[in-house]
Amino acid sequence: MAITTAPGTTRPGRPARPYPAPPRPSSGFGRKVRDNLTGHAFLIGAVVCFAVFSWYPMIRGVVMSFQRTRRGETTWVGWDNYLRILDDPSFWPAWKNTIYFTVLALVLGYAVPFFVAILLNEFRHAKGYLRILVYLPVMLPPASALFLFKYYAYDPSEAGLFNAVLKALHLPTSEWMQSPEMTMPAMVIASTWMNMGSAVLIYLAALQNIPGELYEAAELDGAGIWRRIVNVTVPQTRLILLLLAMLQIVATMQLFIEPLILANGAGAEDSATSVAYLIYQHGFFQNDLNGAAALGVIMLVVLAGFSAVYARLTAKQD
Amino acid sequence: MSVPQYRKAAALALVAGLGLSLTACSTKSDDGDSNAGGKVTITVDCQPVGSQKELLQNWNADVAEFQRQNPDIVVKSVSVGEQCNNPPDFTARLAGGTVTDVFYGYMTDLQQVLDSGQAMDITEYANKENVPTWDSVDPALKEVFTDGGKLYAVPVKNYSMGLVYNKVLFQQAGLDVNNPPKTWADVRAAAKKISALGNGVAGYSEYSAGNTGGWHFTALLYSQGGQVLTPDGKKADFNNPMGRQVLQNLKDMRYGDNSMGARQLLQWGDLLTNAAAGKVGMFIGAPDATQAIVSQFQGKFQDWAMAPMPGQDGPAKGTLGGGEGYFFKKGLTPEQVKAGLKWIAYQKLTPGKGQFDYVRAKPQNYPVGLPQPLLFANGSEAQKQELELRKANANLDTANFALFEATPVPIKGEPRNAQAIYAVLDAAMSGVLTNPNANVDALLKTAEDKVNQLLAAES
Repeated sequence: MAITTAPGTTRPGRPARPYPAPPRPSSGFGRKVRDNLTGHAFLIGAVVCFAVFSWYPMIRGVVMSFQRTRRGETTWVGWDNYLRILDDPSFWPAWKNTIYFTVLALVLGYAVPFFVAILLNEFRHAKGYLRILVYLPVMLPPASALFLFKYYAYDPSEAGLFNAVLKALHLPTSEWMQSPEMTMPAMVIASTWMNMGSAVLIYLAALQNIPGELYEAAELDGAGIWRRIVNVTVPQTRLILLLLAMLQIVATMQLFIEPLILANGAGAEDSATSVAYLIYQHGFFQNDLNGAAALGVIMLVVLAGFSAVYARLTAKQD
Repeated sequence: MSVPQYRKAAALALVAGLGLSLTACSTKSDDGDSNAGGKVTITVDCQPVGSQKELLQNWNADVAEFQRQNPDIVVKSVSVGEQCNNPPDFTARLAGGTVTDVFYGYMTDLQQVLDSGQAMDITEYANKENVPTWDSVDPALKEVFTDGGKLYAVPVKNYSMGLVYNKVLFQQAGLDVNNPPKTWADVRAAAKKISALGNGVAGYSEYSAGNTGGWHFTALLYSQGGQVLTPDGKKADFNNPMGRQVLQNLKDMRYGDNSMGARQLLQWGDLLTNAAAGKVGMFIGAPDATQAIVSQFQGKFQDWAMAPMPGQDGPAKGTLGGGEGYFFKKGLTPEQVKAGLKWIAYQKLTPGKGQFDYVRAKPQNYPVGLPQPLLFANGSEAQKQELELRKANANLDTANFALFEATPVPIKGEPRNAQAIYAVLDAAMSGVLTNPNANVDALLKTAEDKVNQLLAAES
């Protein structure tokens, strides 16, 4: 039922025009809507999904953070929930733990995938298999991967995988998750192992887009491997590196499943309590959904502020 | 249809479909409405899950029989997981308003249920007419679910804690299974002997994570004669010699004797898994801990026995008691409340029926003969009937629980705001169990400050 001519547009004695007549004049907005009807219709689905499952809960969370529900009665309490949360003795330790994890994750979880990608990029054989090997942990459900670490790798006895290896090498063993000092490094190791596959693949794609001539030119100039990485690889992948750095920081600040599974929650002497875990404690164990909402908003503001500053700084650099 | 029009149609169909789905999501189900076709329908949760085959069969048989006896009532069962109350899931259902008409909760959940605005006052309906054994139900348990003179739930289970011990390990360690430890010093000595068996066996095991550490700190404190909060509930009351003794006992066993095993930060399932694997000599728990060891963690009933809670220098001064009940969702019609009460009465509070159908349970892989649930008041008619049935149909050696039953210890309920306090006390427990240099006084002081801040914020 394709229409090639609009009714009433042909003139007697002249052949029909091969193109449809221009539509009747109408308002710009109406025309725009009509022209893009299909696009809008498809968009509505996404917008509704975001609105219902992302934006509405966020707005509801902000509203709840200024309310208090007791005995089924909800009242406005101003900043009370925020003040209460700031007074929570676990508030600052949770931030300290979270920031510590983020910094450690940035050092380890950010650098390791980049160097693994460079290494993989250099291999001439079995590339596909190696990539699958690196990506395999990402395909494991996070909970399963963490249980593997908890019960096999981080077993505090000498039967634990890591302790057995350390003992075989005549190195001191560790109590891993039971040691407040080792809690965060152990969580970062597990988290990096679980998540680095995706970052490695993204870095690999970026590395393969670097023109080979640049390396050849560097080699002709006598640059060694390290100089080539610093002067060619890093500048050429700078945008991806910056983007992944921000994504990594935002993701690691929301540290939750690692303490929940590896440390059974708060860990030894609260050493594993993260901000997200504290939100969970308030919301689901302390009958304090409003306090949890307030802490969620604080976290949102911190992350949004960080993202804004980061975006501004990187935009200036560009 | 041309390609652009096909796309347009597809897009519109997508939008229409999405709209319909959302409408469907927001449409209130009328499953729970009363008087549909002259019948009263109630939804009830805590139906056993599919993997609990025999329990599920029993439940379904109970529903069928109850509906046959009450043709005007329809019971719609809902499963909410193997553990009927998983706190995060329970909180989400409360906050989302998706609890069933008659819903399961712990005794410590009353405040949360009231705050959510989901609780219905059932005072005027809870009587002999709807629950024939109502007058036999222990008044102390009714009190737990009462607030401001109004009753909000019907108790269906009650427990108290004691010392659970592995008879096989006791024998291997040369200990007398008929003379289990009576004091914490005895526990320490026995734990030392049991852990000397090696092979990763912990003489005594204890929780320190997932709020279970705080729960057991409370139980240990009660055994010393202490209390978590002052009587007015406004201040922490555990930073004292009794609280110190609790942590010191554990620290001595963990690092002084090395009799608690290397694996710490245990929570509920972790300890019971180790126990079922024969790696735990003793722990404190309720009688149904043995049931969990057998039905969920593949242990053996005959390996376990139970003694009263140990005390510091003599018999324990108290033991922690808790339990569960069924709440009623706000907004039910009087007919629904009565129907719900009749169902609870049939399935949970009638000797010989439902959970007390010991004749049915005897050949199944579930224990008959545990000194639990302690639902009926001492000397009441229902208690007599239940005890007779239990004795006649016991499928486990009741002698294993004779000491526990014969030496009752005063039962103390859990503190107000229990879960939040337990979360704080987890850190004190994990401190002495994971840090050989833990400062007991500092751990207690920190926990005290945190609980006081928490209580101040609550008020």
